[in-house]
Amino acid sequence: MTQHAQTQTGDGGAGTAHAGHPTPLTYFKVAMVLAAITAAEVGVFYIEGLGRGIIPVLAILSGIKFALVAMFYMHLRYDARIFSWFFVGGVLLAISVVMALLGLFQFFV
Amino acid sequence: MVEATAPHHAEAETTSTGLSHRKLVMWAFLGSDCMFFGSLIATYLIYQGKSKVGPFPEEVFSIPVTSVSTFVLLMSSMSMVLAYAALTRGNVKSFRVWIFSTAILGMTFLAFQVFEFRDFANHEVEIDCTSVETANLTPLEQKLAAKCGEGDLKIVEQHGLTPRTNLFGTTFFTLTGFHGFHVTLGVIWLLSLGFLSFKGGVRPETNLDVDLAALYWHFVDVVWIIIFTVVYLYGVFPGI
Repeated sequence: MTQHAQTQTGDGGAGTAHAGHPTPLTYFKVAMVLAAITAAEVGVFYIEGLGRGIIPVLAILSGIKFALVAMFYMHLRYDARIFSWFFVGGVLLAISVVMALLGLFQFFV
Repeated sequence: MVEATAPHHAEAETTSTGLSHRKLVMWAFLGSDCMFFGSLIATYLIYQGKSKVGPFPEEVFSIPVTSVSTFVLLMSSMSMVLAYAALTRGNVKSFRVWIFSTAILGMTFLAFQVFEFRDFANHEVEIDCTSVETANLTPLEQKLAAKCGEGDLKIVEQHGLTPRTNLFGTTFFTLTGFHGFHVTLGVIWLLSLGFLSFKGGVRPETNLDVDLAALYWHFVDVVWIIIFTVVYLYGVFPGI
């Protein structure tokens, strides 16, 4: 039996091993950064001279947005590491599926 | 072996990991949903530019309008996290304000999507017969321009985009439609929590219920971040 090793989850049952949540001001700042990055993405869209160079630019900008939401709003930065592994594992698998499908259907050719 | 106990309050549970299993399952679900959307995005990219007939993305997309709806969804994520923060501080009144704000922003995003879908379905192509420059026209516009007869000032024809119109329509509506379905479920979930709070069903001690809804809502947001970039921005970039 492993009953003695069991731990009661705190935080109203959330069981998240928080190291302190950010303040509402931090959430607001993150929202403003997200809005600014979205504006930058749209701005970049209108620069025709970029050609295929837009792909890494858009990938980096949307990657930053994705990471900000996951880390601050989804609390992955403050929660137990195992939650991050579950999510990052899913994201990596999804990227693999996308790349495999694109390769299979000769998207890069 | 894991047993659920309630020593202090109804929501506390005892687990071998010290982590809530409900939350763990939610993260596992979100991870698997990534693969679902990944497949849909890959399908969209594979069939991109392979439609034989229009309308094509560059003819129907309105980047300014979609940018506004993207901004609305990003702000809904902020109000969601503020709702959760208010509840953890024990301020149920403030929680209600933010949770209903989130639901309203979610419904606004859905309204944008309905407007967009309706606009696509009723898409019209207009050709000014008095000054036709075929070099700058899409294949569909060139076809219409050929119909310009003597004395015709302009030709207007309806060429709506539906899931059955072409490959672009099929993959676009499937991808964004499933995302819209996720948003709809999220709005129902948020409204349920908001109304439940009036009956005492949502309390600071039971904040895991709100935490799970918040995770789902933020996930819907991050998926849209990718869709907006891949489908709308990259998909119609004139330089590629």
